[in-house]
Amino acid sequence: MLTKVHTGLDPVPGIWWRPAHKAEKVWVAIAFGWCLVLFAMMPLWHYRGGQNPSGVRRRVEPKAFYARTVAFTNQYKVGEDQGIPIVQPPPGADVYLVGLTFQWYPILKLERGKEYMLHLSSLDVNHGFSLFPLSINFQVVPGYDYGLRVTPTASGDFRIICNEFCGIGHHTMVGRVIVVDATGQPVADNANARVGSGGAR
Amino acid sequence: MTAPSTAAFRICPTTGRTIHLQAERLVKANAVVAVVALLVGAIAALLLVLTRWQAVHLLPAVWYYRLLGVHGMNMLIFFIIYFEMAVLWFAATVLLNARPAAPKLGWFNFGLMVMGTLLVQWAQWSGRADVLFTSYPPLKAHPLFYLGIIFFAVGALLVVCQFFATLVIAKREQTYRGSMPLVVYGAMTAAIIAVITLVHGALVYIPTFLWSVGLIASVDPQLYRMLWWGLGHSSQQINVAAMVAIWYMLGGLTVGSVVLNEKVSRSAFVLYILFISMASAHHLLVDPGFGSAWKIVNTSYFMYLAVLASMVHGFTVPAGMELGMRLRGFTDGLFGWLRRAPWGDPGFSSLVLSIVVFGFVGGITGVTIGTEQINIIAHNTMRIPGHFHSTVVSGTALAFMGTTYYLLPLIFRRKVAFWKLARLQPYLFAGGLLLLVMGMTFAGSFGVPRRHWDISFSQAPFDVQFSPAVDLFLAMMGIGGIIAVTGALSFILIAVKSVFFGEPVTEFARGQAIAGIPQGLTTPPTHAADVDAVNEALHAPARGIAGATPGTLVLVGVFLLAFMLYYFTNWKLLSFLWKIG
Repeated sequence: MLTKVHTGLDPVPGIWWRPAHKAEKVWVAIAFGWCLVLFAMMPLWHYRGGQNPSGVRRRVEPKAFYARTVAFTNQYKVGEDQGIPIVQPPPGADVYLVGLTFQWYPILKLERGKEYMLHLSSLDVNHGFSLFPLSINFQVVPGYDYGLRVTPTASGDFRIICNEFCGIGHHTMVGRVIVVDATGQPVADNANARVGSGGAR
Repeated sequence: MTAPSTAAFRICPTTGRTIHLQAERLVKANAVVAVVALLVGAIAALLLVLTRWQAVHLLPAVWYYRLLGVHGMNMLIFFIIYFEMAVLWFAATVLLNARPAAPKLGWFNFGLMVMGTLLVQWAQWSGRADVLFTSYPPLKAHPLFYLGIIFFAVGALLVVCQFFATLVIAKREQTYRGSMPLVVYGAMTAAIIAVITLVHGALVYIPTFLWSVGLIASVDPQLYRMLWWGLGHSSQQINVAAMVAIWYMLGGLTVGSVVLNEKVSRSAFVLYILFISMASAHHLLVDPGFGSAWKIVNTSYFMYLAVLASMVHGFTVPAGMELGMRLRGFTDGLFGWLRRAPWGDPGFSSLVLSIVVFGFVGGITGVTIGTEQINIIAHNTMRIPGHFHSTVVSGTALAFMGTTYYLLPLIFRRKVAFWKLARLQPYLFAGGLLLLVMGMTFAGSFGVPRRHWDISFSQAPFDVQFSPAVDLFLAMMGIGGIIAVTGALSFILIAVKSVFFGEPVTEFARGQAIAGIPQGLTTPPTHAADVDAVNEALHAPARGIAGATPGTLVLVGVFLLAFMLYYFTNWKLLSFLWKIG
């Protein structure tokens, strides 16, 4: 019944398509079952989970996207920090954020518990959107508009780190997102802008 | 077809195999260049890890990014692929007692690869290709950088074709009887995946080269990312297949591992060929260019059938070792076979450490962060290099190192130099990497980005302050990196000393330990004459499901529990985020 005892270095004489021992069959069955669980979790999370990267995606001319972002910024501008405008769009609005070497433009001020359509794209090269300290990460590709419905669930003063290499100044590229509650806390003032101690909040 | 003249061959005094001299020289040349690339990559690694360890922060920004590209190319492309070329020549000729197809073409291809390597090195070191390993356009490098990669890939592709031709020759000239050995079957799997990979390489680098010289107006950044990862990730699957083939080989050489069932192991290799190329979609999970259905289908490689293949090998390799040991009389208890294994044989320790770190750390983290939604909390953080240093470095590179300890006496016919260091080296290398990988993975869990010169953000417009725990994890990474580089440099020292100044291996008496020759050669793990009867008895139905390999069943059970725990913990962490969709 069994093949003659041999190592993986020996040629196999005769027919090697023989039934496996029960132990192997059991392990293959268990492993396959686990693989089905791994597979099922992804569609399941689309129905029941709150965090999915699906979004609304379309091609866009980098310059056109940049122009749209500038228009959006001018429309809802409420202040400025480090020369970068702070923008407070109404809940439900389309929000534009553009990455360009080496800056995230503009600074966003959002309200906790409200949904926004956040559009991400780049003017020049690939960038990486990484919301600190939550570690929410998306790839930002020039020529593509990544529209994500986001609902901030906590207020605070957040940062956007660039986590895709975009040139020698890559490590200086940091943006800002302020999430305020209904009373307007925290205020959008960089004088005491601290993001806590990082990590899980 | 005329029979080859015997003068082209030598008979190995240790194993009795016929070894073709030209093929042997090709194995040697590729292995030597692989070690040189490893040296360059290892020096870069040391400087990089001492820069990312924020408390040390050694290199200036430009040199950090430049050496990051150098490290990636030398380790992931040059070291690994030259070594794989050596493995292909070795598997097709030595293991099949065959002559190589067109050895002169082999030297031409080797020359082409070396020329490509030199072009890439020149472009990177001279600052003409500060685009990192992935070179995502519109970042643009010097045209010769892309051309160098094309030369290298074409040379490698032609060697793969020669490998297939050698298989045909061996079959036609009947240099072996029956079906080819499992190890060669695994190497063939790697070669088939290599064809798929290198075709992607051509698809992506030829247009990019044309773009860099101005013949094409632009390269779509998203399409590039998709095709590039068809090269970038699939090339890691060549490594996986080659590594698993080596697991079977080292198992056989060190402890007399047996193949439990050829059907199961070979089917698992076929699953790799069919499904593993889809894994490249893992890199695009949070990209704007693709919809969720595309992402789910591809990243699950149609229901994780390639993961299934790895889990099958993860059982059959240790179970083969267990059964091999039991058949040689080490039958006490559940783990007597492990306790009495040759832990001082660097081939064996490399094998076990490679399996354990690859499976428990690399496999589990890889499948988890490669899940569509969980990728949101992992993409481009240090969790990614944490993952692939446990697969490709402490998995593949360590398996290659273990193989080298056997190739030195068998092919180079030299004793392994610095034998005491060699016995320690796998533990040093794997131990250092384990620290490095844990440091990277935990730091990444706090959102620390990969490929980033300064996470103190001293030149940024807004302050970013990571948790103090991150400093601890980066120190862990730094110390682990220093230990791992020490392990890699030890390996290089041993290999270079052995090859160029080593003591020649002469005829030796079996059964006694000799410094410089692994135990698997001085005391070959042979089976007794009545081994088939013993095997039948171990497989008797009365022994129940655990059968002949109860120890391995316990080990894979522990593995599955660890997998489930890590996987569902990550879903829980994901659920704490903002609502995104």
